[in-house]
Amino acid sequence: MESSMLSSPVRMPHSFLAQRARICPPRMLLCHNASGDDVNQPRSHFTKVRRNVNVENLKRGGYLFAEISKREAEHTQKYPDVELIRLGIGDTTEPIPEIITSAMAEQALALSTMEGYRGYGPEQGNQVLREAIASNVYKDLGVEWEEVFISDGAQCDISRLQMLFGSGVTVAVQDPSFPAYVDVSVILGQAGRLDEHTCRYANMVYMRCLPENNYFPDLAKTPATDIIFFCSPNNPTGIAASRSELQQLVDFARKNGSIIVYDCAYASFISDESPRSIFEIPGAKEVAIEVSSFSKLAGFTGVRLGWTVVPNELRYASGSPVIKDFNRIVTTCFNGASNIAQAGGLACLSKKGQEALRSRREHYRVNAEILLEAFEALGGARACGGRNAPYVWVEVPKEGNRDCTSNTRRSGWELFDEILERSHIVTVPGIGFGPGGEGYIRVSAFGRREHIVEASTRLKTLLMPS
Amino acid sequence: MSFSSVSSSSSSAAAAAAAAASISSSSSAFFSPPNFPSSRVSNASVPVKRVGTLQCVSIEEKTAYKTKVSRNANMAKLQAGYLFPEIARRRQAHLLKYPDAQVISLGIGDTTEPIPEVITSAMSKRSDGLSTLEGYSGYGAEQGEKPLRAAIASTFYRDLGIGDDDIFVSDGAKCDITRLQTLFGSDVTIAVQDPSYPAYVDSGVILGQTGHYQKELEKYGKIEYMRCTPENGFFPDLTTVARTDVIFFCSPNNPTGSAATREQLIRLVQFAKDNGSIIVFDSAYGMYMSDDNPRSIFEIPGAREVAVETSSFSKYAGFTGVRLGWTVVPKELLFSDGFPVAKDFNRIVCTCFNGASNIAQAGGLACLTPEGLSAMREVIGFYKENTAIIVETFNSLGFKVYGGRNAPYVWVHFPGRSSWDVFSEILEKTHVVTTPGSGFGPGGEGFVRVSAFGHRANIIEACRRFKQLYR
Repeated sequence: MESSMLSSPVRMPHSFLAQRARICPPRMLLCHNASGDDVNQPRSHFTKVRRNVNVENLKRGGYLFAEISKREAEHTQKYPDVELIRLGIGDTTEPIPEIITSAMAEQALALSTMEGYRGYGPEQGNQVLREAIASNVYKDLGVEWEEVFISDGAQCDISRLQMLFGSGVTVAVQDPSFPAYVDVSVILGQAGRLDEHTCRYANMVYMRCLPENNYFPDLAKTPATDIIFFCSPNNPTGIAASRSELQQLVDFARKNGSIIVYDCAYASFISDESPRSIFEIPGAKEVAIEVSSFSKLAGFTGVRLGWTVVPNELRYASGSPVIKDFNRIVTTCFNGASNIAQAGGLACLSKKGQEALRSRREHYRVNAEILLEAFEALGGARACGGRNAPYVWVEVPKEGNRDCTSNTRRSGWELFDEILERSHIVTVPGIGFGPGGEGYIRVSAFGRREHIVEASTRLKTLLMPS
Repeated sequence: MSFSSVSSSSSSAAAAAAAAASISSSSSAFFSPPNFPSSRVSNASVPVKRVGTLQCVSIEEKTAYKTKVSRNANMAKLQAGYLFPEIARRRQAHLLKYPDAQVISLGIGDTTEPIPEVITSAMSKRSDGLSTLEGYSGYGAEQGEKPLRAAIASTFYRDLGIGDDDIFVSDGAKCDITRLQTLFGSDVTIAVQDPSYPAYVDSGVILGQTGHYQKELEKYGKIEYMRCTPENGFFPDLTTVARTDVIFFCSPNNPTGSAATREQLIRLVQFAKDNGSIIVFDSAYGMYMSDDNPRSIFEIPGAREVAVETSSFSKYAGFTGVRLGWTVVPKELLFSDGFPVAKDFNRIVCTCFNGASNIAQAGGLACLTPEGLSAMREVIGFYKENTAIIVETFNSLGFKVYGGRNAPYVWVHFPGRSSWDVFSEILEKTHVVTTPGSGFGPGGEGFVRVSAFGHRANIIEACRRFKQLYR
């Protein structure tokens, strides 16, 4: 993610000229290039293609994490000598175990041999990896390898799933939630108009997740929708839903004929008995799709590998199998995950690979503990998460308040700015995850230990009530 | 570590059996339309090992549980599976029928020659680096790593007014086409060459840009099909083409192998300018150009205001499985209200994508070093020699043959015959897989595409068999 002129958030009609100057900097107009372009072009050509109203309908400010990146970059420019600690974007920091990287290196080298060269692989992924996921991740859960689709990551899968469903479906998301669910929904025309005051899209159902309801929505008050996005362990709150909660969710979906898109990218961080897959819940195979990723499991954020499970049993109202259409999307709009990444994925699932990865995740778990302790030690601030996911979700009262109720919480971006400015730590303001995130910040536990400890110290100094 | 995948040549029965058991770029007989196994989806009974689930399923129900979610109507418009999985299915079926046959695949355009070591060693090094503190990297910029963007700009777009930040690195052109379509949305009209690479049309259908399929015409409603035939030199008569918002244009062309001349592309750019359209120029085969034709649309003055260009390392570096490509969106390209297209494309890339694999990108960077470029040109040269052999074969048999000079595809005319029939005949009688022209659109009827990717021995053997069949 980079800060460039393209990520400046606001487009205002009357500042078109300013924008024009940015997009056609003087050098473009004055430079006489080899194509023989006319240097004296009076005005730029506008095509007659209307901008996609759905993309236009996105909240101003760009994708949340691109915005965080931009602010990081600005801050670094402002304070070049300060050590910035990045607890914002949930980016893994620990090197990938050698047993896995050497498998990828080996696969890369094999591609320059006659016997080892491979061209196009199946778009659904190499069978051996699909089998390994089915048997390792979904052992005894009745998931067959043909139901596993390998991808280049959960974010991309979410888009492909939304394309599959099309613009006519209604969607429910947790509030707060990972922003891609809402943003992709908007882009694909499902979400309706944005209400700038409430920060909500007209057709979207926001399922409030608060301390008061244990971060599990009150389903009795939730309208029925076609699709329900549910992330557990949750990004950003860090809370993992319990078995009985997930049973409620599955029953709710079944009652309403909905499809759950269950995002368990953080399942490998669960430290208690919380379910690691929606398919642990009876009846789930007929109502749910599961999306997961090697990103946080294995530090593959840059390598790019994930998977989606679409059960054979999942059917549209007409009886048509969802898996058939998803397969069509995958073969038409995608061309498979990188064969090198897939070789890495296979090594991740080997016994030695799993062992090595466990210790990496333990590192992040201890980080989360340190951060959680730092916040819990402070009077007034309420923190949760950290135990089943590498995120700590912090509610911070306005100065002078000892309690946190919704109208005494600090504004998210205000708090983000203060923490960044005064302690040089990047976090993510909760409002970025939905209106239900206002008054919170998300602190990521990915980082080198020394940075986490330093961050903990700086935060204690900053947030100590006066 | 070896994966089962489609191999471009098959020799022994064991290999054939293994290939038959493996899942190629289709997903096996499971998805064959006529034989869709109902046993997987019909019954409501719960697998025995899931003890305790019975209470959730009504024992009286004879039919399987259905959600209340309507199937996406756009998906229902699609006629069959995507073309290439269908070719793979037929190849598998053929292998089952003739387990001892030495099937040669000149159908799917899949590269076969190993990737030059200068490139794979860079990827190997990057992989190893990820296990070290200094070498580890997490999320990269969704638009791609800066050095790679710079290398692409300077290698392919030097002096064409394209900056590093106009380049968006991806996991391949096919995925980029869908992201571009997502950017444009369902309300745009599109034009495609006829015949054309099927992803343009299929992604348009999925995204709701088209009407229903009209069987008699073999066309989807609302798409403007620009006929490309031998008679018009495979360049459409633009005076007969209706205005659309988006024009997909591929040169050197898949499947016809023809390359548009500078003069033709000037006309295309002017046409787009006059109509306020956006050209999506697919230049994935640019490096196969032998003649002095433009390799990039941006060689044409004014193109930056009317075109995006998409390309790929797949056919240059054998990266069909590694997955790396790029799209150029010039700053000058503006929507009707003056809003920069690049800004919205960037938003799509940041939201719907998370960057190409860092290892693949390290490979891409190595591809664009002098050594890498030289190595790629050698492999491209090899495939071009294959193409020449195939062209010569069909010429000598008296066929009218097109393409082959500027692309690794040979477009063979079988006048008056159904292309699927010819495909089947060739497969049945010579055990060579090709691709029927009608799979690329109604304008492909009467033609067969022969791909030139293959080991030399297989190309020569395939040609020998063609000579035998069509003597």
